[in-house]
Amino acid sequence: MRKRSLLPDLLLPILALAVFGVAPFVYSNELMLFNFVMFLALAQGLNIVYGFTGYLPFGYVGFYGAGAYGFALAVMHWHAPPLAAMAAGGAAALVLAVVLLPLLRLSGAYFAIASLAAAQAVYEVVSNPALQNITKGPYGVSLTSVFAPRFSYYVGLAVLALAFALVVWLRNSRFGLALQAIREDPVSASMAGVAVVRGRTIAWMLSALVAGLVGAAFAWHISVFYPDTAFDLGISIFATVFVLFGGATTLTGPLLGVLLLYGVYNVIGISVPQYFQFIYGALIVALVLFLPNGLVSLLTSRGIRVP
Amino acid sequence: MADDLLRAEAIEAGYGKVQVLWGAELTVRAGESVVLLGANGAGKTTLLKAIVGLMPAWRGTVRLAGQDITALRTDRRVRLGMAYMSELGVFPGLTIEENLQIGGQFAERAVLRRRIEELFGVFPDLAERKRALAGALSGGQRKMLGIAKALASGPKLLVMDEPSAGLSPLFVQQVIAVLGRFRAGEAGGAGALSMLIAEQNVAFLDLADRVYTLDGGRIRFEGTVAQLHADDALHRAYFGLA
Repeated sequence: MRKRSLLPDLLLPILALAVFGVAPFVYSNELMLFNFVMFLALAQGLNIVYGFTGYLPFGYVGFYGAGAYGFALAVMHWHAPPLAAMAAGGAAALVLAVVLLPLLRLSGAYFAIASLAAAQAVYEVVSNPALQNITKGPYGVSLTSVFAPRFSYYVGLAVLALAFALVVWLRNSRFGLALQAIREDPVSASMAGVAVVRGRTIAWMLSALVAGLVGAAFAWHISVFYPDTAFDLGISIFATVFVLFGGATTLTGPLLGVLLLYGVYNVIGISVPQYFQFIYGALIVALVLFLPNGLVSLLTSRGIRVP
Repeated sequence: MADDLLRAEAIEAGYGKVQVLWGAELTVRAGESVVLLGANGAGKTTLLKAIVGLMPAWRGTVRLAGQDITALRTDRRVRLGMAYMSELGVFPGLTIEENLQIGGQFAERAVLRRRIEELFGVFPDLAERKRALAGALSGGQRKMLGIAKALASGPKLLVMDEPSAGLSPLFVQQVIAVLGRFRAGEAGGAGALSMLIAEQNVAFLDLADRVYTLDGGRIRFEGTVAQLHADDALHRAYFGLA
């Protein structure tokens, strides 16, 4: 048994971070770049819980929204500096993850749907007009006092780096291997001495933390948003499709999924919007039919280890 | 007794309201190989599950090296030196090498590396395909991987539930031969391996220092293979001969 080199797993993240690090200096549409960074991080965050434990939370956006509102409340009510408010966003997602821990007793479609319902419940609470004094209800929040698009873009990039680092660690650690054993068969994993509940809990919390921090970075970057934006189910769907399209458990899969699909989304959505849904739908149907384990399965099915 | 590695005392267990075990008792001493014989539905799997913690014992006590482990989760029992091999236990989506790494996840890296090399020496078919997915193995090879994975933890006690299930007679002989090497201390590097094997295939009696028979959730016989043969009723029941 030889210890694997980390280099192949580090190359792609470093390249992606470098490209998106210089991109704002050569491309002016910073919001689009931020959205790319945001989805790259969300896809890796979802990869942590889905790729390594097999749990697919349709309501992943709940953590993202909790992070956005955690950031907003910290700025609005405590006048927290933005970086401290980022921590509040991450903490809000972690608190939500703890509250939702019982969902991990479910599995498969039941878990996916229950997580969706949970995200919707959080949305209903946040957008409740009766809570206007706290969350501003459905009228949205304005954080113009901390608006700093360039700085918050790089904070988003730092969150992406964290997400990459977590996935690299999981792919190269005994803990990550134990999580994959849980994904394969939890009973067999416990028979091999794996602490199943603890493993799932840690993966769930890490995944929520990433989404919460991405949500907080979004809140900072965009500064004015509404519950409908922060808890937009489309965010969950996009992140899920990107991971499934590229292939879970790898660094490459979700990254490819975001670059290709979100790239196509932007190109088609702008140039020929009338064909967008048709082309997008056809792409996804083709993938489900011919490559159900994602693009990377073209290589992994031949025994090639994909970073 | 002081040298009992495993001691299951008055185990009662079952599924829902259906009681399967009625005060089953057995011991495995250090370095000893024990075969638990029983027909389908006798309660062998239930007893093993209660011993390894995959289902709770309603009553009774399980001790490993004198420590009461009755309330411990399976993973805790595994960390204390108990390994369990059943029909389950192999992760088809992971490579053979990764399966072994999970089996030995608590060992230091150097120890695990050495142990896996030793296991590859005992299971050359697995060594040749160590980067292949376990799901690509045949039933017999998966069984071998299941045994190797259980042994990768360097257990004090290996508990096996019907290792012959689904195997051809030729593969059964191979499994017995491999286990015989561990029993004799020729493989594994830690002396004679203590084993508890639940089986209905009497070929596994070749491995037995002692035998228990289980029937209707109760231990009916405890003794050596020779004593089992000497009991006419048991001999007829398990060997089908007059």
